[in-house]
Amino acid sequence: MYEFLIVVGVVLLISVIWMVYRIQTLVSVVKGSDKKIASGSNKINAALFVVWLVVIGGLMFWYSIKEWGNYEPPVASEHGVVTDGLFWITMAVTGVVFIITHVLLFVFPYKYQYSETRKAAFFPDNNRLEVIWTIVPGVVLAGLVISGWMAWSDITAPAPENAHVVEIMGYQFAWDVRYPGKDKVLGDYDYRLTTASNSHGIDFTDKNSVDDFPSPKIVIPKGEPVLFKIRARDVLHSVFAPHMRLKMDAVPGMPTRFWFVPTKTTEEMRTELNDPEFEYEIACTEVCGRGHFSMRKVIEVVEPAAYQKWLTEQKTFIQQNPALAEGVSVETKELAEIQLRKN
Amino acid sequence: MASATVANHDTTAHDHHDHEHHDNFVTKYIFTQDHKMIGKQFLVTGIFWAVIGGFLSVLFRLQLGFPDMSLEFLRPLLGGWIDETGKLDPTFYLALVTMHGTIMVFFVLTAGLSGTFSNFLIPLQIGARDMASGFMNMLSYWFFFLSGVIMFISLFIKTGPAGGGWVVYPPLSALEQAIPGSGLGMTLWLVAMTFFIVSSLLGGINYITTIINLRTKGMSFSRLPLTIWAFFLTAVIGLLSFPVLFAAALLLVFDRSFGTSFYLADIYIGGEALPNTGGSPVLFQHLFWFLGHPEVYIVLLPALGITSEIIATNSRKPIFGYKAMIVSMLGITILSFIVWAHHMFVSGMNPFLGSIFMFLTLIIAVPSAVKVFNYLTTLWRGNLIFTPGMLFSIGLVSFFISGGLTGIFLGNSAIDIQLHDTYFVVAHFHLVMGSASFFGMVAGIYHWFPKMFGRMMDVRLGYIHFWLTFTGVYLVFFPMHYIGIAGFPRRYYSWTNFEFANMYTDLNMFVSVAAIITFAAQFIFMFNFFYSMFRGRKATLNPWRSNTLEWTTPLHPGHGNWPGEIPAVYRWPYDYSKPGAAEDFIPQTVPLSATPESNLPHEQELVKLEMEIMKDESEVLVANESKH
Repeated sequence: MYEFLIVVGVVLLISVIWMVYRIQTLVSVVKGSDKKIASGSNKINAALFVVWLVVIGGLMFWYSIKEWGNYEPPVASEHGVVTDGLFWITMAVTGVVFIITHVLLFVFPYKYQYSETRKAAFFPDNNRLEVIWTIVPGVVLAGLVISGWMAWSDITAPAPENAHVVEIMGYQFAWDVRYPGKDKVLGDYDYRLTTASNSHGIDFTDKNSVDDFPSPKIVIPKGEPVLFKIRARDVLHSVFAPHMRLKMDAVPGMPTRFWFVPTKTTEEMRTELNDPEFEYEIACTEVCGRGHFSMRKVIEVVEPAAYQKWLTEQKTFIQQNPALAEGVSVETKELAEIQLRKN
Repeated sequence: MASATVANHDTTAHDHHDHEHHDNFVTKYIFTQDHKMIGKQFLVTGIFWAVIGGFLSVLFRLQLGFPDMSLEFLRPLLGGWIDETGKLDPTFYLALVTMHGTIMVFFVLTAGLSGTFSNFLIPLQIGARDMASGFMNMLSYWFFFLSGVIMFISLFIKTGPAGGGWVVYPPLSALEQAIPGSGLGMTLWLVAMTFFIVSSLLGGINYITTIINLRTKGMSFSRLPLTIWAFFLTAVIGLLSFPVLFAAALLLVFDRSFGTSFYLADIYIGGEALPNTGGSPVLFQHLFWFLGHPEVYIVLLPALGITSEIIATNSRKPIFGYKAMIVSMLGITILSFIVWAHHMFVSGMNPFLGSIFMFLTLIIAVPSAVKVFNYLTTLWRGNLIFTPGMLFSIGLVSFFISGGLTGIFLGNSAIDIQLHDTYFVVAHFHLVMGSASFFGMVAGIYHWFPKMFGRMMDVRLGYIHFWLTFTGVYLVFFPMHYIGIAGFPRRYYSWTNFEFANMYTDLNMFVSVAAIITFAAQFIFMFNFFYSMFRGRKATLNPWRSNTLEWTTPLHPGHGNWPGEIPAVYRWPYDYSKPGAAEDFIPQTVPLSATPESNLPHEQELVKLEMEIMKDESEVLVANESKH
């Protein structure tokens, strides 16, 4: 019944539109408006441009101002402050250009709408104007590029020696995290060693891997450089930490990196936003399959002292699963046993 | 020299008469070699694909705008892709996004736009009987058709069409274990794209050859309408970049089927370690974007060319800075080949490359800016007639500005770190490339419809179509900037897993509603298009009072375009509102010597030359006549 009514409604609507269409066509034929160069609708369209500019333009600005501060996620890294600055400088520059060009683009149609009594100006070229509007955008863009380039060079420069290393490995559909442990060096890995219990494919015959430990979340200290070593096990993924203004693809076969300095602990951010539930998050931004939209990992930023304390509390891979040490050399095994005893 | 040209014209005119009687239905409408019919074939096929592509976007916008809605009513259409709870399958969501991108970029905005207007307009506007090779031109369409058939079939197979994004980055697109769409769906995608590339190359070679060799007498490069310049440069870009996509696709085929490791390395998937080592997924990205970025200009330049022509005609004013427009397009053409890696700032490539490509990318903004200023100056002090074509052209300029400006954010690698692969990018390219090119295409259809079908489209429906679509496009894509600045990633089935993205459900709903309305508004256009084709008002010969050559042909030009001789050209195409002239336009076929009242000083000098040539020619003509 419901469907039937919808169908009837649609049919009625279409026939009404059809009638209106036919009638207006016939009227315009009778009036002979098709013979005219510009009919009355020329005026209406010209006016609509101005109306559109005011209404839709106003709506855009109203929403932008109303939502100010809502759409930009709070920033929590040193370089993020810089890139946000660049973003808003670019916004200011392009905003001015946007407004000027659009006012002209929408006012000209109104102002210069067709009139039989007027003839358009024959103005085919003007070299000075062309030169001006080649050079001015060139200079402005050069300014933007150079500031962007300086920021980019700093961000992508090699990480400081003392950076805290965290390995993030993407796979369908999660992130696994590995810390280098006390020796601050990540052990070797080989994708062929990957098993259900060794998801990272860590080579436990390498001494450096003995003290490596996993973590369900990424814990990092505030105010100290952190280096993410990023890799992928199956397809492309991309580490995206929106609050850190950090993004880097995870590529199988080609480890990538990104270093940064977090500036606010999770607690500080919770207070600042008045949101006790707040967490820093990592999402995947390179399409990777069915579960692409669910690759979440939490970053917890803590005070450096709390970070050092947290480090000592972690259990290594081997401590968690002694079977992993099976088959490795005696020497390495001893190292592992010493560790086991210590705890 | 002059005598040779005249003699040629004579013989071709005879050929044309011979042709006319053996046209049957098949040779006239199906396997036609007439560039005008081929153009229309591309157009109708393009419209078909636009409807499919648009419909796919409505499907995934339903998911994004109304994540809790039951899509049970789509089960008759989508079958198993709707699960028991009435939800869209996440894998199929990715397939929808992928096919929407592929269809819109390649089938609609490349074939539907370039294919239609390059074919239709090049011979008509340069004064040629047909393309250099009518047969290759026919092949070009039929390869495109075949490509479309294969892509269409892939929509209906059990494992679904390709689902790794329209950029088909491996390893995702190479491994069936990673996503079901990378099985047969991806194979069909690759086969379809191969035929598509063949079609583009056949078309492109033809466009270039025709423009260089078959221009009528007097049609120097400096008198070509900007449309032709745009089609010419577009074809050059396509010819140089599509083979690279073909190479990339071929290597991908090897990786998928023959065990090579061009793009694959160190992969553990589905519980097993694959033997491939040493490949690089980033290599594919370089190869893909070497086409992918020029592709942006392949879809955009024809639209810019079309609007240059339409804006000049309907402003009753010469396009401002004709030479600057050509130089800008040349600049864009060249630069388009050396900016590709700005799609890859955070792909893991060397950051130094990032710096280089940032500089190059922001340079390309300069010629684009020049074009915008020239459009604005063309409107300034014009005498504007708002035909639907004109409205859509102004709309294009607006999108070109809005989307171009957001490109300045994304071209800056430092800012791009945050914005890359978010909805900010989606908003950016849908405005500057998608909507702008789409508007160029629609503007072209409204403007050249009278030449295509000898009838007029209804203007009022055109106005309604424009205002609904123009507003709709902004309401769809403007809010996406906020969503993107907030960090919402692309190609997400839902955002509820993340706290940072657990907002803007209202805005997403708004976008979806706007998208559905905008899509629905296109049916007004389609009605207008197909209805007017048969029942529209009869057009006059030159309804927009335009200067270019196509309006000197008969209402229904036959194969060969001009019944007699091809007219010669004596001036550039933009003599609108020339001081001293009685009318506000002087067609290209009017000799300078016939308009002493409006000639500029330097043109007055050319008159002498023109008279000499005309005298020579008339002597030759007389001589030829006496021979017969």
